[in-house]
Amino acid sequence: MTFWRKLRDGLRSTRQRETVAGEIHDELRFHHDRLTDQLVRDGLTRDQALAEARRRIGNLPLTQDAGYDVRGGGWLETTVQDVKYGLRRFRGQPAFSAVAVLTLALGIGATTAIFSVANGLLLRPLPYPDADRLVMVWMDNTRLGLREDWHSYPDYDDYRTRNSTFQDLAIFNSTSRTFAGSGEPERLQGAHGSPNLFTVLGVPPFRGRTFTDAENVPGANNVVVISHAFWVRRFAAKEDALESTMQLNGRAMRIIGVMPPGFDFPVKDTDFWVPTAPNENQRTSRGSLWLQSIGRLKPGVSRDQAQADLARINTDSLARFPAQRGYGVYVVDYLAQIVGRVRTAVLVLLGAVACVLLIACTNVANLLLARASTREREMALRAAIGAGRRRLVRQLVTESVLLGCLGGIAGVALAWAGLKTLLAMAPEDLPRVASIRMDPGVLMFAAGLSVFTGLVFGTLPALQVAAGDLNRALREGGRGATGVGRTVRRALVVLEVALAVVLLVGAGLMIRSFEKLQDVNLGFNADRVMTARIALYGQRYSTPQARQDFFAQVLDGTRVTPGIESAAAIGTVLLSTTPNSTNFSIEGRPDFPPEERVEVPVDPVSDDYFKTMKVALLKGRFFDGRDTATALQTVIINDTMARMFWSKENPVGRRIKYGQLSDSSPWMTIVGVVADTRRTGFDSAVRPETYLPYGQSPAGSMMVVVRAAGDPNDALAAVRAAVRRADPLISVHAARPLAELVGGLAAQRKLNTLLLVIFAGVAALLAAIGIYGVMGYSVAERTREIGVRVALGASSGGILRLVLFEGFTLAAIGIAVGLAGALALGRLMTSLLYDTPATDPATLAAIAGIAAAAALAASLVPAIRAVRLPATEALRAD
Amino acid sequence: MPPRTNADQLHGTLDMLVLKSLEAGPEHGYGISVRLHQLSADVLRVEEGSLYPALYRMEQRGWISSLWGLSDNNRRARYYRLTSSGRKQLRAETESWRALALAVERILEA
Repeated sequence: MTFWRKLRDGLRSTRQRETVAGEIHDELRFHHDRLTDQLVRDGLTRDQALAEARRRIGNLPLTQDAGYDVRGGGWLETTVQDVKYGLRRFRGQPAFSAVAVLTLALGIGATTAIFSVANGLLLRPLPYPDADRLVMVWMDNTRLGLREDWHSYPDYDDYRTRNSTFQDLAIFNSTSRTFAGSGEPERLQGAHGSPNLFTVLGVPPFRGRTFTDAENVPGANNVVVISHAFWVRRFAAKEDALESTMQLNGRAMRIIGVMPPGFDFPVKDTDFWVPTAPNENQRTSRGSLWLQSIGRLKPGVSRDQAQADLARINTDSLARFPAQRGYGVYVVDYLAQIVGRVRTAVLVLLGAVACVLLIACTNVANLLLARASTREREMALRAAIGAGRRRLVRQLVTESVLLGCLGGIAGVALAWAGLKTLLAMAPEDLPRVASIRMDPGVLMFAAGLSVFTGLVFGTLPALQVAAGDLNRALREGGRGATGVGRTVRRALVVLEVALAVVLLVGAGLMIRSFEKLQDVNLGFNADRVMTARIALYGQRYSTPQARQDFFAQVLDGTRVTPGIESAAAIGTVLLSTTPNSTNFSIEGRPDFPPEERVEVPVDPVSDDYFKTMKVALLKGRFFDGRDTATALQTVIINDTMARMFWSKENPVGRRIKYGQLSDSSPWMTIVGVVADTRRTGFDSAVRPETYLPYGQSPAGSMMVVVRAAGDPNDALAAVRAAVRRADPLISVHAARPLAELVGGLAAQRKLNTLLLVIFAGVAALLAAIGIYGVMGYSVAERTREIGVRVALGASSGGILRLVLFEGFTLAAIGIAVGLAGALALGRLMTSLLYDTPATDPATLAAIAGIAAAAALAASLVPAIRAVRLPATEALRAD
Repeated sequence: MPPRTNADQLHGTLDMLVLKSLEAGPEHGYGISVRLHQLSADVLRVEEGSLYPALYRMEQRGWISSLWGLSDNNRRARYYRLTSSGRKQLRAETESWRALALAVERILEA
């Protein structure tokens, strides 16, 4: 039969269904009435006759349903009929249905929510045409153990001009400028880029044009492309903004283009793009690493081919320039680059929710199996009057899928609410947040999941019912399930305990890592400290003295404000993995060979910096009024650097210089050693660091750190007031309490831990409910046996032990399997852990203990019920 | 009073008995149960829970057909009647029943 004919017949029989129902009802009603009349004639009272007739006609609706098994029409009607029948059954058992639907909703909801995240982060293509051909090209700095180092311009030029695998290769780096228009000056996030950046990305401007090669040279580079958001915000989306000029850091820039909405390369909220315009020195210096690179592969070229191509060029460079020894090159998919950091976390969470869903399925399957025995009689009756076995299985599976769908609907609602909460808690540097949402794809996933879930947990009970000895069931009134059913139920409980243990171990390891992180000594005190960046620009600050005067005035002005404990400034408080850094040489020792050169960050700090941050002084002194521009150059190093290079001697008084011994940079005397501070995150190693006195190294862009006596926001107000008094054209931006910046380092980890703990908790709860259900059912099943035991003199304690032992045995097997699984899977989450092995014995032992205790607790209620059974009643049980 | 027997306890005989009762002419479900009861001299009683499913099953197999009509007390009732394939089926079942009954009888008298 063709599909269409089937459908047509199905529809027709659906229309007829109500008629069929009515006819069967009428027919039986007629029989019922005639029978009653006859019985009255035979001498029964009217009431007796009615009762007898009802007994003989039996359960009218059931007989009707049974009638359909034989009379019912096409497949569509059968399905509609099964669904209606199923719904009627659910209404008849509200407690069972609520538990089943809620359990499934938890499983499907959690899975759908995390899948939305995975979909948005990992699966949706990036908003660039043929985004799978975009790759990041990084320098692999084995000298520093730094995977993602940047390129020098000559290296980039080599790669771009000599490769055969890229359509084109572009460079970019982030920058920020102060925009002075009408109103408050505003600090803008922007990027330098090569003219081909936009064609590599494949995104044409929304208005106007992007920059040309002719504009990519110093002097001609006073052009700017702005973001759509900025165009709307500051120019009200007016067309005449194009070709007008705007002031960036006091320089007049001609607006030549507007990018389309949503274009946020290289980072979110980038407002403008300007030409890289390398000067002569940058063009030729191989030592200055300042560029990131993104390329578009030629169609059909694999990442490995591109990698090999660039490696060949790199090998050639290494041969020609020995100073580059240890510099490698590698290629990574742009999508992987963006989400790489969170990929493992998302996959682990996806695995965790899959476990929760599996446990939920197992629980519902167990509920159904327990119910199945009570339904054996119903099924046997229907089979006896002509419903085929396939037909019965089909109906049971339809009911399960229906249950899955109800759970799915509730689950999607749960996922929607959960996802909202999740996104509100998400760390702000979480990539691609905008693309995380419940789109049609996610809903399709949830729908498929619901149906699939129904099939998974429904098939087993359905097969059991159908395979049961129907005749026996009919005769015995469906007492107890078959031995096979019991074994299956137990196996399912073992499985869910094992899954819950795997999750609990994962959550336990995360908690332990988190605890260890809390104990990490940051080396500074972030309480009540406000940070903000102040960037000077323009002719007025072209001299070191002017910059120094400005910051001295701001810091002094802040310091004298009531409620401020201390105020200081530093280049950058917390470091990226690629901070502004340089190599150095030590007086009296030979130059380091190129492959042993170590790069150290260079940070100007004001005299009070270490005191303000409460960083301990280990040797020598802090900077003070002596360290002026005209005095001898001084430097303070951190403990790691002191131990690395002066392990047996006191570094104070020694001299170092940046670059090689032969370089013309000045010698700097080490005047102090300060304690290590964790500036690149809790979990990365502290690198050797150098600090310079601001008096000798007056940078134009500094971060102020101000400790308030009370609310750190008071400190911000004080800084703003001081800056306004010093120069109203300078803005204070990126103001954040230091505690928040530090918290941000661990935000992702915190969220991962929280989610895993929640999922593990839900899993453990469901598994406990599963044990409770199976043990409760087991006690009901063994009522008679228990009665016999009591009658033969078994004590209450003996009965209690009997039941507890059974529950505990199941749990013990589950725990053993779970621990083995956790050990096997542990290495997958190693990258999420800090200073905690995935096989941490303390965690494993603790989880085993918790799981065993939970299993005992879950068995206790049924056990107590067994003890309380009156022996007589127990013996009478059928 | 003779012992009562459920017709469906005699495996496979219910269909035959129903078909036989319809040989006399169309009848509704209640009428069939009354007819069987009377024909067996009050020995056989057909359970309603077995009768109707049997009727639906046989209708589906084409042995009987049904139509709505008016009963003797003027109520709407569904009447069943034998089809020609039903007649054939009745003949076949009767023959095999007789053969079986004969065989059983011989054994009992041996």
